[in-house]
Amino acid sequence: MSHADDHQGTRRDFIYYATAGAGAVVTGAAVWPLVNQMNPSADVLALASIRVDIGAVDPGTQITVLWQGKPVFIRNRTAEDIAEARAVDVSDLPDQGANNNNLTDEAPATDENRSLDADGKWLVQMGVCTHLGCVPLGDEGDFGGWFCPCHGSHYDTAGRIRKGPAPRNLPVPVAAFVDETTIQLG
Amino acid sequence: MSGIPHDHYEPKSNLAKGVESRLPIIGLLYTTLTAPTPKNLNWMWIWGIVLTFTLVLQIATGVVLVMHYTPHVDMAFASVEHIMRDVNGGHMIRYFHMNGASLFFFAVYIHMFRGLYYGSYKAPREITWIIGMLIYLMMMAAGFMGYVLPWGQMSFHGTAVITGLFGAIPFVGDYLQTLLLGAGAVGQPALNRFFSLHYLLPFIIAGLVIVHIWAFHTTGNNNPTGVEVRRGSKEEAAKDTLPFWPYFVIKDLFALAIILAVFMAVVGFMPNYLGHPDNYIPANALVTPSHIVPEWYYLPFYAILRAFTADVWAVQLVNLLSFGIIDAKFFGVLAMFGAIFVMALAPWLDTSSVRSGRFRPMFKWWFALLVVDFIVLMWAGSRPAEFPYDWISLIGATYWFAYFLIILPILGVIEKPLTPPATIEDDFNAHYGPKDGGSATTSAE
Repeated sequence: MSHADDHQGTRRDFIYYATAGAGAVVTGAAVWPLVNQMNPSADVLALASIRVDIGAVDPGTQITVLWQGKPVFIRNRTAEDIAEARAVDVSDLPDQGANNNNLTDEAPATDENRSLDADGKWLVQMGVCTHLGCVPLGDEGDFGGWFCPCHGSHYDTAGRIRKGPAPRNLPVPVAAFVDETTIQLG
Repeated sequence: MSGIPHDHYEPKSNLAKGVESRLPIIGLLYTTLTAPTPKNLNWMWIWGIVLTFTLVLQIATGVVLVMHYTPHVDMAFASVEHIMRDVNGGHMIRYFHMNGASLFFFAVYIHMFRGLYYGSYKAPREITWIIGMLIYLMMMAAGFMGYVLPWGQMSFHGTAVITGLFGAIPFVGDYLQTLLLGAGAVGQPALNRFFSLHYLLPFIIAGLVIVHIWAFHTTGNNNPTGVEVRRGSKEEAAKDTLPFWPYFVIKDLFALAIILAVFMAVVGFMPNYLGHPDNYIPANALVTPSHIVPEWYYLPFYAILRAFTADVWAVQLVNLLSFGIIDAKFFGVLAMFGAIFVMALAPWLDTSSVRSGRFRPMFKWWFALLVVDFIVLMWAGSRPAEFPYDWISLIGATYWFAYFLIILPILGVIEKPLTPPATIEDDFNAHYGPKDGGSATTSAE
């Protein structure tokens, strides 16, 4: 065959590659909407903020509110809870980042960086175990904080992971005091 | 189909000739039904029919359940209760579908261990084995998504846990989990798409089943001796085989009748025995059930998932070597999928020249231990994640990997297997001689 030893690109080669390339792009463009439709829709994405009245939350108790489809723990901590959490050396923690969306990613996991107010009375965090997303139980576990019944993760009184398979501290959502007894989430 | 020499379909009537020359479908059905089948198959070779029946049962009951079900977070639970209380015979249809899933997995596990013992995965049946593993993965996905649909407590929090597995993948995990759920949390988008996929997957499984059957009809069935059917001539092959219809169809239907008798007893008298009471509580995002466990058929792999915590040295080593990319959570996920993956690799990990475990004196014991290991893992997976169950899971998971990655390759080298019979006919006559009513196909010449 005369063209078998012709290794230079021919017009026909160019047409093959151009067709294959166009076919790949068109296929990708056709498939992408079918995948992308699975991503959160506009109404789901709409950032909802809610205000929570915490006037009735006594020290040593917590309330759980639903925010963006997930539970949020709002706890009024006792002096012992705070003292216990502040006595821990950050270097002893499995996750040394505060995991607090109000702070930078580098903030260390001190108790001060976890709580909402300077005194450390109010602890606001997502009630979603960082292992596989179960809802941990309050006032349980080896460290007096939360315990996840699914796979046995123990969190301390500042919501920091201490033992078990979970890799991160419970995330602290964007939150702020609107007035003395109202917290805004989001 | 190629493979074992056998008679082909010859259309006789003009109508049959006319159809056959345009679409050879009668010939296809004829060849499939009369496939030459090793005549020494034992009772472990009935599970394929049981599985085929169960697939049809699940599709039939599923299609009618959908006529009454509503995939909406506010109505799903109520619509299932509507099926249970108001729809004519609805409670029985749903109980058949629920327990049909258990029958499906019960049969598939025996079918898989049958393959592992008799070396059915070995050359030339690797493709049959791989397709089987794909079917098994599809079954796991379909079973999980079906369990989400009643939107009870276990449905809801099980979804959080299982999609969390994908969230554990480094770098893309969060994105992938959000893509799967269609939101940051489990909710309406997840329920809606799982419903769609739960309807789709059984049909993909049905397609794969056809390819599975096609593959082993091409290579011919394995059999308890692992000796191949002689293929020199049609006469020679006929001494080793019998046609699938009527011999094996009748045998399989008899076995199916007995299994269905037990199945009916479960459906009729203890339909919720294998379920969890928590799933009769409507989904509540604020409370996780105190003891969350998957359905029984996921438990062995669930135990493997939980076994590898951050204090296991292997996890710490991998974590160090991967610069912290593979943490304990991702390691557990890798171990769970890896446990299925190593099983799929069995055709290449098993180095023994002898196919059937019947002629492998050392293999037998390691295999028996694997079956025990599977049951122990299943039990450990149902227990809380605490001492001593974590240790039992870890030892069980280690043996599972050791069996496939270490024992199977080494046994082929160090084991001295027994000599299998020369032909299937010899094996058959040793068990059922002509004087006992067996066929008179002993060497007459």
